[in-house]
Amino acid sequence: MVKHTLSVLVENKFGVLARVAGLFSGRGFNIDSLTVGETQDSSISRMTIVVHGDDAVLEQVTKQLNKLIDVIKVQDFQDKCYVGTELALIKVYASSKNRSEILQIVDIFDGKIMDVTEKSAIIEITGISDKIDSFINLLRPFGIKEMARTGKVAIAKG
Amino acid sequence: MDMTTRKGAEVIIESLLKERVDAVFGYPGGSVLDIFDLLYESPVNFYLVRHEQAAAHAADGYARSTGKVGVCLATSGPGATNLVTGIATANMDSVPMVALCGQVPTNMIGNDAFQEADITGITRPVCKHNYLVKDVNELPVILKEAFYIASSGRPGPVLVDIPKDVQRTATSVPYPESVKIRGYEPTYDGHIKQIEKVAHEIKKAKRPLIYAGGGVIISSAAEELLKLVNKTNIPVTTTLLGLGCFPETHPLALKMLGMHGTKYANYAVMETDLLISIGARFDDRVTGKIAEFAPNAKIIHIDIDPTAISKSVTVHIPVVGDAKNVLKKLNEIIEPGDTKEWCETIQKWKTEYPLSYEDKEDIIKPQYVVEKIYEVTKGEAIITTEVGQNQMWAAQFYKYSIPRQFLSSGGLGTMGYGFPAAIGAQVANPDKVVFDVAGDGSFQMNIQELATAVTYQLPVNVAILNNNFLGMVRQWQELFYSRRYSSTCLAKNKTCPVSCGEPGAACPVMIPDFVKVAEGYSAVGMRITKRSDVVPALKEAIKIKRPVVMDFVVDKEENVFPMVPAGASLKQMISGIS
Repeated sequence: MVKHTLSVLVENKFGVLARVAGLFSGRGFNIDSLTVGETQDSSISRMTIVVHGDDAVLEQVTKQLNKLIDVIKVQDFQDKCYVGTELALIKVYASSKNRSEILQIVDIFDGKIMDVTEKSAIIEITGISDKIDSFINLLRPFGIKEMARTGKVAIAKG
Repeated sequence: MDMTTRKGAEVIIESLLKERVDAVFGYPGGSVLDIFDLLYESPVNFYLVRHEQAAAHAADGYARSTGKVGVCLATSGPGATNLVTGIATANMDSVPMVALCGQVPTNMIGNDAFQEADITGITRPVCKHNYLVKDVNELPVILKEAFYIASSGRPGPVLVDIPKDVQRTATSVPYPESVKIRGYEPTYDGHIKQIEKVAHEIKKAKRPLIYAGGGVIISSAAEELLKLVNKTNIPVTTTLLGLGCFPETHPLALKMLGMHGTKYANYAVMETDLLISIGARFDDRVTGKIAEFAPNAKIIHIDIDPTAISKSVTVHIPVVGDAKNVLKKLNEIIEPGDTKEWCETIQKWKTEYPLSYEDKEDIIKPQYVVEKIYEVTKGEAIITTEVGQNQMWAAQFYKYSIPRQFLSSGGLGTMGYGFPAAIGAQVANPDKVVFDVAGDGSFQMNIQELATAVTYQLPVNVAILNNNFLGMVRQWQELFYSRRYSSTCLAKNKTCPVSCGEPGAACPVMIPDFVKVAEGYSAVGMRITKRSDVVPALKEAIKIKRPVVMDFVVDKEENVFPMVPAGASLKQMISGIS
């Protein structure tokens, strides 16, 4: 089943997130990730929702979202027509022995060290989900203590 | 305080008057005291029900029978939660409704205050939209939006939750004349290219069939539908909610399709080469097994709600728009195809497989009662139903030909709907004869509304098809569960054997005695046990113009046929009589 990135402009009001989340749970649609934040117009928020499903499911998801009164616009981003990125914070075990090895990987992936202690380091990384996944896989052997991912945010090109 | 400044509660009354709401159904309570204080001497007609669920159903009956927005009002907490079934019922059947409820003061929300419930959270999945009003300055716009959303596009219920302090705080924001909502712009006009495609397919088709639903009634498209049929000679089958949108006395009427539809309607679905769905949503009770529904047909779907299109059945030509607008355009360009042979086939099926039942002299058949209600009311009554066998017999054996004359909970299947809906319909249509075709089970779910009918002198007729059973469930138990009548016999008591699949003369008397109940409420009660008494009783009931409860003691184990088992193909029809 294909993953789709939906960009949904909604009224920036309380309860809208609950409506959208409730729609997905109530109709049995699966959310891979959902992010929400204000746009340049403070009365409008943008939700970026990553879902998977076949064409019929996606058609229903899109229509059902559009049916919500507080939803202003729904776009199903097709490949190459949008820029999408994700941010992750990863707290990894890092001792004096392996710290330089970790730093090397961080460097290759264009990550940033946000905090270092004797036993661990917090790394910030941004990029497409696949890149973040591979980065996490490389860090796993060192031991990941904690992790936070934002889910994808996206915007149309042009 | 200047002239335009008024309290939130006053804004609510102002809204009701500006929206020309001439009836509100509800029940008072702590957090709506300010509203009720204003209703005390107000031109708004308020109807005090005896349970909030009935307020929602009465508003629903008012709305379905008129097309206007029905309004119900309840207090916070249990008052609001009691509305939920009625709201969900209206939502499934696209009924315009505004449900107003009180809420605890804003500073107490979330504190588990007395009679607090998160009613916007609870109703979110079962209404078209809802609001929690946190600032009185938003109240005028929110109320306007509520009425607009409820009555436009695909109609539905909108709940407005109004905290007590908001009702008591003043605002000078005027009640708007109109509102525009950027995320909500229903499509009324069908795309002309799509309508042309429809016309093209109709011209080509050899065996076309119209499948018309509640949308035809909601958009007042019955006249255009009749025009289309008379121009093209395409037979029409309707859904349960579509009953009345096309005269069943018309030679091309096939009555209802689906699980308890006519054989000829279901045969037509199996054989059609072009299925034209208008304002219907391919509900599972209509389609049966999806893969075998209309297997030889191209499917056209005209509907105002884009989500209804290709939801369960893949549609070849979708037309998003209001049924009336689309049919009007279609009628301008339509050219008839050749349906002569098809109509002959259908006529043959109609003669060969009519709806029927085995009438008997010594016992009252429930179908007979419905037929006689039709005859006595000359087909002009408003019929509401409860849910189950009574609902299906009412659908099958009354011939509907007037839009908004048949009110039934089709989508949600809410037992207890019919009686309060009949009350709402009678309020809206004081000159019409209103019948609730009821079951002995369903009627008891809102039996307390006898008090409402009596106190407001509403001459609603309740025709109980009393078989001592929760008949439809018993029917399924008989057919699919080896007659194991688990919890469906309403006469069963502690003296009965645990296992009993054979009701007989030695059975206990069913509780309650409906005649005594009716009399206890100062309504008229009648018990009819003989077939020959059915017609005189019906005539008498209509004549006395008071709330009447008719307890028709009918054949206990009569079944609704034809029947397509759940999930089976429409061609697998069970018929009870040979």
